Amino acid sequence: MDAKVLQKNLLELIRRTSAELPSDVVRAIEAGARKEAAGSNAKYAFDVIRENIGMAKVKSQPLCQDTGTIIVYAELPSWCDEKTFRKAYEKATAEATKVGYLRQNSVDAITGANSGDNLGPGSPSFHFHQASGKALTVRMMLKGGGCENVSTQYSLPDARLGAGRDLEGVRRCILDSALQAQGKGCGPGILGVCVGGDRGTGYIAAKETLFREMDDVNEDPRLAKLEKRILKEANSLGVGPMGFGGATTLMGVKITHRNRVPASFFVSVAYMCWAFRRNGFVLSEGGRITRWLYPS
Amino acid sequence: MLLEAPFTEEKIRALHVGDLVEITGVIFTGRDAVHKYLHDGGKPPVDLKDSIIYHCGPVVVKENGKWVVKAAGPTTSAREEPYQGPLMEQYGIRAVIGKGGMGPKTLQYCQKVGGVYLHAIGGAAQVLAERVVAVKGVHLAEKFGSPEAIWEFQVDRFPAVVTMDSHGQSLHAQVLAESTEKFKSLLG
Ligand code: SF4
Repeated sequence: MDAKVLQKNLLELIRRTSAELPSDVVRAIEAGARKEAAGSNAKYAFDVIRENIGMAKVKSQPLCQDTGTIIVYAELPSWCDEKTFRKAYEKATAEATKVGYLRQNSVDAITGANSGDNLGPGSPSFHFHQASGKALTVRMMLKGGGCENVSTQYSLPDARLGAGRDLEGVRRCILDSALQAQGKGCGPGILGVCVGGDRGTGYIAAKETLFREMDDVNEDPRLAKLEKRILKEANSLGVGPMGFGGATTLMGVKITHRNRVPASFFVSVAYMCWAFRRNGFVLSEGGRITRWLYPS
Repeated sequence: MLLEAPFTEEKIRALHVGDLVEITGVIFTGRDAVHKYLHDGGKPPVDLKDSIIYHCGPVVVKENGKWVVKAAGPTTSAREEPYQGPLMEQYGIRAVIGKGGMGPKTLQYCQKVGGVYLHAIGGAAQVLAERVVAVKGVHLAEKFGSPEAIWEFQVDRFPAVVTMDSHGQSLHAQVLAESTEKFKSLLG
């Protein structure tokens, strides 16, 4: 495929991800809005959020001005090597920044200087895999700073929470993370959780699990049960959207697991805000998008 | 309820936690750089008496010689906690708009000087930009860069919720206390 065609398709992926919320997220927001009392501040927060979703889509502008960390997963077929993909994606990112689909959002960690085009060490953050077939599959996520700042990691046992190294301990940690976040991560939030792994892989897996559909059911019946229970309990906390108080504190909990070493037991929680921007596509060798992974 | 300029102490003292307000008038953006500058004794380029400060780093572009606001959602307010209260007192700032709430020091000053904290809807960059009907000016942009400058926004029915009032009440403290109680009961 011509590098220009790849770049053009990636630019459209970035635009869509930034301006349009996938329909599974919109449905969750609608469901949350229905649960709030008429005339409440929570209901009002939802009204503004819903209006904002519609407006961003029509204007083709960022849903939220914090366009976040750019996280990219690519499954590369034999016709597209890593270097080619990286280059095309970087060019698409710089272009997206120039036309305003992305804010100038990437800052040198040592000097504080803004690169102006969202490029720099680790930005975008790429994860490459080999595709089994002929198609190129790309997924991306824009993860804002407010919600990243309330993401957290526990090391079990945790005496403060009375949390041991079992699923009950895991439950206590996840509930605590929702409590500590209050409204500061622009809730209602969605939690991606990884049980186990090391500190690094735990956070990565926690974020990856956010690529699941909002209304799917975990394949692992033990985790499916836990997700359901935590969602219900977190919503009984009454934190509500923006921390205004209300029925919807979380819209989803997605839990995965990774093997750990005997000495460690981490629970990593990635908090995602309501502006849950993730999308992806499948691209044929001929340069045609055959499927959007999260239709809006 | 409508909150219209001038933002007098009387109007501000009439507000209570949980009130939904729609602001009409001029508001000033200001975030980290501006707060630090004023706190270090920098001279304010605008009259802050009975003013509203908005914790926001907007995206503003010039189209056909006119400023157009592309995104104007709130940023996290907690970073200004050390400065906010004293600046409210010194310059007569009446209200602060932001997200995430502020701490006990700001709450105390709200009580003392007759001020409120107004919580905008985080992430609602487009809706909030739409309520900015005109850009009346910009100050300190050369010094701090566009997002950190003081933008003078004429807003029309800009929506926010009073989450800290001049009567010592904080919705953030209330929700935290209630949810913590509930959390304890869930842990058993
Ligand atoms: S937490 Fe999300 S919605 Fe809130 S400001 Fe950040 S990116 Fe936007």
